[in-house]
Amino acid sequence: MANTVEQEKLIEVKNLKKHFKVGGKATLKAVDDVSFHIYKGETFGLVGESGCGKSTTGRTLIRLYDATDGEVLFDGENVHGKKSSKELKALNRKMQMIFQDPYASLNPRMTVEDIIAEGIDIHNLASNKQERRQKVIELLETVGLNSEHATRYAHEFSGGQRQRIGIARALAVDPDFIIADEPISALDVSIQAQVVNLMQKLQKERGLTYLFIAHDLSMVKHISDRVGVMYLGKMAEVAGSDELYDNPLHPYTQALLSAIPVPDPNYERSRERIILEGDVPSPVNPPSGCRFRTRCPLATEVCANVVPRWTEAEKDHWVACHIYDDEYKHDFK
Amino acid sequence: MENILEVNDLHVSFKTHRGEVKAVRGVNLTLKKGEALAIVGESGSGKSVTTKAIMGLLPKPAGRVKSGEVLFNERDLTKLSDKQMQKLRGSEISMIFQDPMTSLNPTMTIGKQIMEGIRRHQNLSKADAKKRAIELLELVGIPNPEERVKQYPHQFSGGMRQRVVIAIALACNPKVLIADEPTTALDVTIQAQILDLMKDLQKKTNTSIVLITHDLGVVANMAQRVAVMYGGKVIETGTVDEIFYEPKHPYTWGLLSSMPRVDSKNSELLAIPGTPPDLSNPPKGCPFAARCPHAMKVCTEFMPDYSDVSDTHKTACWLQDERSPKVEPPETIQVGGDR
Repeated sequence: MANTVEQEKLIEVKNLKKHFKVGGKATLKAVDDVSFHIYKGETFGLVGESGCGKSTTGRTLIRLYDATDGEVLFDGENVHGKKSSKELKALNRKMQMIFQDPYASLNPRMTVEDIIAEGIDIHNLASNKQERRQKVIELLETVGLNSEHATRYAHEFSGGQRQRIGIARALAVDPDFIIADEPISALDVSIQAQVVNLMQKLQKERGLTYLFIAHDLSMVKHISDRVGVMYLGKMAEVAGSDELYDNPLHPYTQALLSAIPVPDPNYERSRERIILEGDVPSPVNPPSGCRFRTRCPLATEVCANVVPRWTEAEKDHWVACHIYDDEYKHDFK
Repeated sequence: MENILEVNDLHVSFKTHRGEVKAVRGVNLTLKKGEALAIVGESGSGKSVTTKAIMGLLPKPAGRVKSGEVLFNERDLTKLSDKQMQKLRGSEISMIFQDPMTSLNPTMTIGKQIMEGIRRHQNLSKADAKKRAIELLELVGIPNPEERVKQYPHQFSGGMRQRVVIAIALACNPKVLIADEPTTALDVTIQAQILDLMKDLQKKTNTSIVLITHDLGVVANMAQRVAVMYGGKVIETGTVDEIFYEPKHPYTWGLLSSMPRVDSKNSELLAIPGTPPDLSNPPKGCPFAARCPHAMKVCTEFMPDYSDVSDTHKTACWLQDERSPKVEPPETIQVGGDR
């Protein structure tokens, strides 16, 4: 898809930082100097293990968190700039979010109609009750539910149906950009495919741009045009999704890809895995230099001393690793 | 190979305010010595309830085994008293749970938790039990076991905790290990470590494993045989190769096709439409009929019998009947295992 749409940047993230104070003087650097951009009409996948900062990145992008430093540009406009409540409201209408847990993200005391219409009410998108109801019904039908569901409550629905309601709510204000934070990880396999297919269909019909955050690499690969891999608050690698999976450059990406079990017994019997030693270090006290060096099979002295530069190793393929840096690559064999 | 565990026509029901929920409806399983059997299925398919019934861990008084038997060493476990089951659990059959954060006691040291089972089932002195605990931690790959036995669960990471849970499960050299989604709560790189560890331990100790999971990648990696469950029934069973490369049941086709593969470039996933059946009012015929693209009239009326595809491969589907039309599996299935 990336080839057919014009490569116009919708989101630009520049040196974004989000630090949290945790007890006393310690700071948790959840997102530490991350830069990337998302083109209009594409799906950008963000992957990494728990605690790598992918969800915090998503939430900071939409200003659910205030950035500690750096900026996020949405269509050229700084999301974190000083804004009147009117400006903020206008911005919020263009960016929406779909959450992970369809059981916790819908208010159990509201009818489906009120849940979906909340955004319509806030932004005055319907002039009367009838129009509001009409809009809700259209949205329900768009996501594969029907009009009789409007008067029901969230507990009457299955997980997959609830996630459809969450999608309808996000679509209600006609946004340009949707952040989906692990939208399918709470769902069963057969239902996951339904929701992913729906998201792709809506993207085609409405020209939506997605940030798709997940830890399931095979699903991210499936839905994304480009993928970013995060590790301990830093971006390790960004590339087109086929390119990333066919030709991973960062040792962490290589290990991550080799760790996914593939539903193919013959392949599983013969494949060689890179098994990483140990666990992810604490983001409160991350390793010096490259943050992956404590688990990296290729790490040398320079990795402990110098933070790797963000380099374009191949065309449109960015990586933060000394192996691909002209200055240091001679240190590696 | 001899069967170490046999489940015959097991029925389990739960009493709820909405009436009886028939969670398991006639399940047959066999586990051979030294093999890993995977039970796959979605939530509500009855896979966890089946293993809880085997372990005698059904919540009382809501859940109970209505009929059927669980044969282990020629004894029917469903007939044993609570006391007899306690003797068996942890020593002969033990279990690894999904969430290592909640399956350990936060107020006890790791060492004490490992020793608990050893002291109960084997006549070891405190000092010997401690020695054994340290050995076990070493076996599951925890560095500095002498120091680590004195620590509490919160001082361990998720992956390390799951290693501790495995150490506890293996403490008394059980003959059968039931692992209920053992890696679902873990990150991929940690999952790879734990799967490696489990395979390695299985080779060393020759323990038979029942692996419950919804992740077909994990199945392909770990198991020798697979049972696919849907709506409280086993709808297809066979060796891993038979299930992945020669699947016969449309639900198995759907399950295999709805997962994207890292090494494929397909544009759309084959989703299974609809949702699983409500087991408080189970369908009369095949539980998958309402979602099955090949459903016939007979499917909604009568549950099909098992037909043998091979000595090891069975499926319950009307498409296997000779009067049924011939249906080819979707293209997404790699028939014969060629890629």
